[in-house]
Amino acid sequence: MIEVKNLHSGYGRIPILHGINFTMKPGEVVGILGHNGMGKTTLLRTLVGQIKTTQGRIEFDGRDVTSASSSERARAGIGYVPQGRDIFPLLSVMENLKMGEIMRDGASAIPEMLGHFPVLKDLLERPGRGLSGGQQQILALARCLAGRPKLVLLDEPTEGIQPSIVDLIAEKLGELKVTLGLGIILVEQDIRFIRQLADRVLIIQKGAFVAEISPDQLYDREIVDAHLGI
Amino acid sequence: MTANWQGNGGLVAATVLGLVLLLALPQIVDPVMMIELTSYVIMAILALSLGLIWGYGGILCFGQSAFFGIGAYAYAIAVINFGDSTIPLLLSIVVPGLFAALLGYFLFYARITDVYFGVITLTVTLILYKVMGATSGSQYVIGAAPLGGYNGIPAVPPLNLPGRPDVALSFDGLFYLSGLTLLAVYVGLRLMLKSRFGQVVVAIRENERRAELLGYDARFYKLATFAIGGAIAGLAGCLFANWGMFISPDVFGLAQSAQVIIWVIVGGTGTLLGPIVGCFAIQWIATKLGAQQLLNANLVLGTILIGFVLLVPKGVVPTVSDALRRLKFRPYVAPLVEQRRVP
Repeated sequence: MIEVKNLHSGYGRIPILHGINFTMKPGEVVGILGHNGMGKTTLLRTLVGQIKTTQGRIEFDGRDVTSASSSERARAGIGYVPQGRDIFPLLSVMENLKMGEIMRDGASAIPEMLGHFPVLKDLLERPGRGLSGGQQQILALARCLAGRPKLVLLDEPTEGIQPSIVDLIAEKLGELKVTLGLGIILVEQDIRFIRQLADRVLIIQKGAFVAEISPDQLYDREIVDAHLGI
Repeated sequence: MTANWQGNGGLVAATVLGLVLLLALPQIVDPVMMIELTSYVIMAILALSLGLIWGYGGILCFGQSAFFGIGAYAYAIAVINFGDSTIPLLLSIVVPGLFAALLGYFLFYARITDVYFGVITLTVTLILYKVMGATSGSQYVIGAAPLGGYNGIPAVPPLNLPGRPDVALSFDGLFYLSGLTLLAVYVGLRLMLKSRFGQVVVAIRENERRAELLGYDARFYKLATFAIGGAIAGLAGCLFANWGMFISPDVFGLAQSAQVIIWVIVGGTGTLLGPIVGCFAIQWIATKLGAQQLLNANLVLGTILIGFVLLVPKGVVPTVSDALRRLKFRPYVAPLVEQRRVP
């Protein structure tokens, strides 16, 4: 599904990522753990084309997308739910969802999304800025999924969200992973959420992956301390 | 934005009101005021074009008068050469639209935004002012049309029935045509903004990065919006050339560029009604001020602008809409109460 080789990127002259390598198969969920400032968000933003790749190669579905624009990558099937959700605050929930599905051919995905996330049904005419943090997160996820991506990049989806909504999001993503073969790259500080969803976990330090562990190993205090010092 | 994307009921009501005003005003207003009103209507079309580009596209264009002037010149030059006004009318829309598309292509695809975009568009306008001003002399002619330098092109032939140059548009006819054009542009833009294209344009204004991450090429949508705005401004320019039967490089001047922005600021960005209201109000005040000797007109207009920027920053129409909405709707209580919120 995605193959990243020797990926380097950064902000201006400041390099952040130093030779990231990984591959993912369809339907796989990869968790990325690391301290703040280690390059997690930079990695996601580089994968979606928001930050320029300075060296290396990104292949998605067998196609080299290293120099493709963000919109081209999105159309190729890479979805992104950033930290802070980035919904359109002045557009209604329905309009936000429509924005997500415009690139999609065929029947509307909105009924399907409302089936997955029924909480949005009563909010369709409400402007995005009128939603709570949890509702915004659900909307951001539903909008992304409405475009029927093959790979979804989630940046701290549980940040500031109440536990019941975190569980709902985990349950839905787990379901879609199986039913749609959805690949997910999950950047998250919430170890419980990663354990619930990820097939494997990559540890990032100073812009490079230093270890790969299984979600079960996140129960092992020694391993967690060794890699994350938490 | 949801509130702005009103239902078709509002659109029908606005259309009916516009038609009623269009039919009623000539009956109740004296002929001198009709001449002024016609120019207000034409300028309102220009204001609408900036209202689209700036208010909905989020593109701060300081040089909207460039397209207005290009439209006016394109019409004047073509109608002097062709005699019949049908093709010149089309050229007054197409030429500025293409010019906007070309300029926009280089700016949007080079990712030039915000104040840099404004400065470049203003510079282009001022270059056109200088260039057209430097065309005095008999060598500066296009076909049978002398460009005239700062003296401009006088005696611009009026619009006529398609294929009938002998049946020219009367001044009353120009008022009706301008009014119908304003109405058609308003309705067309309202429908366009309700379409998916319009939703994407607004979404890009709200959050360009997010829209791109959803698969939209923001540069293309901005370019298309800019070109449409340029074409509308050009149409207004054609009507303006008909109104005065004269066109000069003053249409590219700094004053013309600035006043379009003032109309939109006073009326309110993010609405289509706002630029129209702002244009009519400021034009009317300017006319009244011009008729007296007590106060300096520019000083009063400048004070009004500063007052609006400081006290009514959203402009008249959005402020009134918000006040009405507050009266109409009670506060909303979210059904899903969050324990913790993102700061």
